[in-house]
Amino acid sequence: MAVGLSHFLMVSGLLFVLGIISMISRRNMIGVLLGIELIMNAAGLNFIAFSRYIAQDLSGHIFTLFILIIAASEAVVALAIVLRIYQNRATISVEAVGEMKC
Amino acid sequence: MPLPELLKELFSTWPLFQHMPLWFLSLGCILGLLFLFVFPFAGVAVYVERKIAGDIQARIGPNVVGPYGTLQWIADAIKLLFKEDIIPKEADKKLFILAPAVIFMSGSAAFAVIPFAEHLVLTNLNIGVFYLIAITSIVTMGIIVAGWASNNKWSLLGGLRSAAQIISFEIPVALCLMTACLVAGSLNLSEIIDAQATFRWGILHNPFMLIAAFIYYIGALAEVNRTPFDIPEAESELVSGYNTEYSGMRFAIFFLVEYAECFVISAIATTLFLGGWHFPFLDLSTASLALKMPLQIIFFMTKCIILILIMMWIRWTLPRYRVDQLMKLCWEVLVPFSFACFLGTAAWMVIFGGKGIPELIAGLLGFGS
Amino acid sequence: MKAYDVIFYLFALLTVLPAIFSAFHPNILYAALSLFISFFGVAGLYALLAADFVAAAQVLIYVGGILILLLFAVMLSKNIYGATFQEEKKKKIWPSLLGMLFLGVITKIAWTTHWSEALVDNLVQPTTARIGHQLLTDYLLPFELSSLLLLSAFIGAITLARSK
Repeated sequence: MAVGLSHFLMVSGLLFVLGIISMISRRNMIGVLLGIELIMNAAGLNFIAFSRYIAQDLSGHIFTLFILIIAASEAVVALAIVLRIYQNRATISVEAVGEMKC
Repeated sequence: MPLPELLKELFSTWPLFQHMPLWFLSLGCILGLLFLFVFPFAGVAVYVERKIAGDIQARIGPNVVGPYGTLQWIADAIKLLFKEDIIPKEADKKLFILAPAVIFMSGSAAFAVIPFAEHLVLTNLNIGVFYLIAITSIVTMGIIVAGWASNNKWSLLGGLRSAAQIISFEIPVALCLMTACLVAGSLNLSEIIDAQATFRWGILHNPFMLIAAFIYYIGALAEVNRTPFDIPEAESELVSGYNTEYSGMRFAIFFLVEYAECFVISAIATTLFLGGWHFPFLDLSTASLALKMPLQIIFFMTKCIILILIMMWIRWTLPRYRVDQLMKLCWEVLVPFSFACFLGTAAWMVIFGGKGIPELIAGLLGFGS
Repeated sequence: MKAYDVIFYLFALLTVLPAIFSAFHPNILYAALSLFISFFGVAGLYALLAADFVAAAQVLIYVGGILILLLFAVMLSKNIYGATFQEEKKKKIWPSLLGMLFLGVITKIAWTTHWSEALVDNLVQPTTARIGHQLLTDYLLPFELSSLLLLSAFIGAITLARSK
């Protein structure tokens, strides 16, 4: 059958699920970040697909651009936090930083 | 009209071309560009660079193979091709092989949008400048992976230095390119060149564009890791940086992409600031294709080659920056100045209604439009 | 429309396979590198959906920016093959089951909902100018707020990462 909206939604759903799996199962903070990036990509793909097939305007494109901006700022701050934790504790496992003290 | 479509139209009477799909022609054009232009260009550039280095340092340079050593680059290429390809035992084999491929992909993908002449462009992308910024930033990925996969401290340090350097210098470079796009009012490289027709070159448009052109050139030098910004491959500190462990064909790819990238940044500078294929006061728009295209290629290539020669001149004259000086230069000098150029150009566009200095002078003297 | 379908499946494979690899590979470096390919695939899908500007932005920001930062962090922390980077496979089972459940729900929704698809023509138009116009008219406030967000993230990251 011809490729339509549902196909794109399936790809984005797969990305979302893989991101969730990666986020839950990893003990490494950077691994968790990778999962979050996958989820954000899934959301962006959904926005663009809906914007192309249903809304017929550019609102989805603009939302995806905002997602990119948020992903960039999130990655920067998260990496700064990870670096700090690594300097203080020499580990970046999420389980090792249970208490909120640095 | 991009090159593949032009070819299809020009040779539409030939039976061979009539049934050829467009993607096949495009593929042929890409391969033709790579094998007929990029590879020989990189080879000749190596020879020229060695000759210039010799002149500057009062040596002779290559002079054994062929007259004046002109066949040296072919000998070099053959040597590199037939050398043993060594993969270190402790290296990460998959990534070690992947890294040059990523670098090569990024280096050659940039050629897809470079307009050599009016129709001599592989694809007339409407976001050409943005595409170039995006695709050239992927080289970093290859360099980091190469440095890490070699499993060598110097290589890793070189790779990380290079990543920090390229990410930092991308900001002033992208801002200067955006300044030029602001003046031309388009992201399409062909339209940008059209906006600079004959004497209205981007670099002359206003004082801020002049500064932006210089910032672009400096930042682009840093982005391709050329001296004085070659800290990722500083021989005296890091042996040879991220490509220390590479040999044979894979090393040749690093070398080739370095020179291809030099050409790419010169071509971008030519396109955005130096008027692309235009020559002052020589209007070719009504000339026939057979006359127009060679002239345009000559003008474009002349400008590019001058920029590349300046690059080589800089390389063999200036000493290398230190890492901290380099970062300071980027964040404390180039980034603020490029922002100032961007704002200044925007203000100029508002105040003078988008007219540049050449147009204003022409208006005062009462010729041209 | 045949070529369009082939290209779609190509990009979909290019997106999903590396993502699977990334979610299940024990080594974090390989996971990050396979995401590199996956993000390219997503950029390809964007281009296929006539979002040229967003596709280039995706390559520029994700591949050229975020992923390189992540790799940087991975390589600066020691023991890439040590205990913190290699994880056991066992921990993947429950998350995978949960993921399957999620995927089932999403698949059901995606295929049974009657989407009012309004795609009439497949005309692909350049979007850059229109996006810029909309950002400075309809979406001006979010646009300015996002620049504020970027600035604060920038300053926050510098303050956090600077050694005392």
